[in-house]
Amino acid sequence: MFDLDRWREIFQSINKNRLRSVMSGFTVAFAILLFTLLFGVASGLGNFFKSAFADDAQNMMFVRVWKTTKPYKGLQTGRAIQLKNTDYNYVTDEYEDKIQYQSARIYKNFSIKYKNKASTFNVRAVHPDHQFLEKTIMDEGRYLNERDIREKSKVIVIGRLVKNDLFGEKLALGKRVNVNGSSFLIIGIFSDEGGDNEERMAYIPVSTAQMMYGNNDYISQINLGYNPNLSTDAAIAFGKKVERDMRKRLNIHPDDQSALSVRNMAEANKFVSILMFALFLIIGFIGSGTLVAGIIGISNIMIFVIKERTKEFGIRKALGATPGSIIGMVVQESVLITTLAGYFGLTLGTYILSAIGNSLEEKYFIKDPSVSSGIVIGATVILIISGLIAGYVPAKRAARIKPIEALRAD
Amino acid sequence: MIKIEKLHKSYPIGKDSLHVLKGIDLHIKEGEFVSIMGSSGSGKSTLLNIVGLLDIHDKGDYYLNGELIKDLNEKKAAILRNKFLGFVFQSFNLISYKTALENVALPLYYKGMSRKERLKVAMDYLEKVGLKDWASHLPNELSGGQKQRVAIARALVTNPKVVLADEPTGALDTTTTDSVMDLLKDINDEGMTVFVITHEEEVAEKSKRIVRLRDGIIISDTLTKAAKAL
Repeated sequence: MFDLDRWREIFQSINKNRLRSVMSGFTVAFAILLFTLLFGVASGLGNFFKSAFADDAQNMMFVRVWKTTKPYKGLQTGRAIQLKNTDYNYVTDEYEDKIQYQSARIYKNFSIKYKNKASTFNVRAVHPDHQFLEKTIMDEGRYLNERDIREKSKVIVIGRLVKNDLFGEKLALGKRVNVNGSSFLIIGIFSDEGGDNEERMAYIPVSTAQMMYGNNDYISQINLGYNPNLSTDAAIAFGKKVERDMRKRLNIHPDDQSALSVRNMAEANKFVSILMFALFLIIGFIGSGTLVAGIIGISNIMIFVIKERTKEFGIRKALGATPGSIIGMVVQESVLITTLAGYFGLTLGTYILSAIGNSLEEKYFIKDPSVSSGIVIGATVILIISGLIAGYVPAKRAARIKPIEALRAD
Repeated sequence: MIKIEKLHKSYPIGKDSLHVLKGIDLHIKEGEFVSIMGSSGSGKSTLLNIVGLLDIHDKGDYYLNGELIKDLNEKKAAILRNKFLGFVFQSFNLISYKTALENVALPLYYKGMSRKERLKVAMDYLEKVGLKDWASHLPNELSGGQKQRVAIARALVTNPKVVLADEPTGALDTTTTDSVMDLLKDINDEGMTVFVITHEEEVAEKSKRIVRLRDGIIISDTLTKAAKAL
């Protein structure tokens, strides 16, 4: 392997037969290039899907209600369903062990005023856990806490863009703003990866909202984070169970999808993971197919090369070359060409992927396509092995060449 | 040097087999210059292949340099060829992408000699065949006679016991034929055993002993005038 003379023989053979060497190298380089691009694009798609769902907690599910569309137990269609605190308490008590985070949510549209500046913003009235469900990032101050809920405090957490609109560069934390006529203390400023809409928003305690605006116990939505220890299937089953329970509780027809729905991230997660699995299966199949085609390609060329060199091997054997030395020479040449060409294809592929970067995210949902170092190492090993296989089969044949037959073929 | 007793060889042709050598007895001593003559199909090439360890015999005994050749695997045959035998072929059989010097040095590579040393030895032998100035030329830049001289240098470079030449002048014109045969004669004069296969009387006359084959058996074994003159 480290025999300098052997390498000299091989380099001479490659160098003196450049077209042949380039042709066989091209097959491998092209196969590896395709392999790299395929895997890169697949991982780019995967990255996109992951980031698309990264805005909210991965284990989020929420219960929403509208109007009934089916009569049930003597009740007419078109009845508006209203969730209340008792419903929220029922769910959170009944399934305590299956729930990690819990929060009610009330949607409001309020004008928020500071000095002479005023604008209308979406305001959500929530429980403290909402921070984790929405993945709210605190830039300054704090989020709502249990005490705010208990004491029905007039405190508000505002989004980064709300602060920009009302305060500009000035300090906002600790200032008071007028929310729909009442004075609220700003206790925190947040940002959110979900985009501008999520940051042009404010949060107040759910209890404060219920007291001030209508003095009732109505809520718009129940948001839950299921226990992350649950398997995806168990989480989906949990969501279905909550849906059935709530229908029964609120006298809704079991099939009335429009009146009540439970949206469960577990289902989306399952869908995405099945999709990704299928994608990688397809790409793995095509990718390895391409590799196999490349190996067969180089093996084919090697067989042709052996035929072309039959006489040379015959001469070498007549002069004292052992079969082993012929096999060694052919295999080593094959491995060298495969590895060099494959490395070239791999480098080119990686370069193309990094050049693509995020430019295809908008149109083709491909984000930061790249091949992991594991795949690179794997591909290198495959290359060397394929070079061995591609070389060994024809080399074995070359070593079997009988000098007399080879030398007779003029 | 070469001792053959009751040698038989047949080749399978479909279901039948062709009996090519039908009991050859031949004894060639060290320093002899022997020609094997015969028309095509007489078995002379087969005999050379067996003597050259390029093929195996079916029956009989073959001693090379006192060693019984039997159950030879490819590796062992390759080593024996490298050690004891030098080949000269009708079609020269030089490697086209190697220079004259590299072609001559190739057997030494398989002997395991260092590059520097083998190029030096190869150059000495090229000089011996009068082609020192052509060392860096590729085979297709040489004339037929020059190619055969390179091939002879390559056959001699390992300092073998026997040089086996298969129709060495078959592809050459009369003038070059003479010079190649003179070269083989010079080599023989230095003590090398030379074993030539030919169908040309004039070529055979240059050797010292002529063995004639017909249909797989030896029909005559005589000394030449050249040998008697000594």
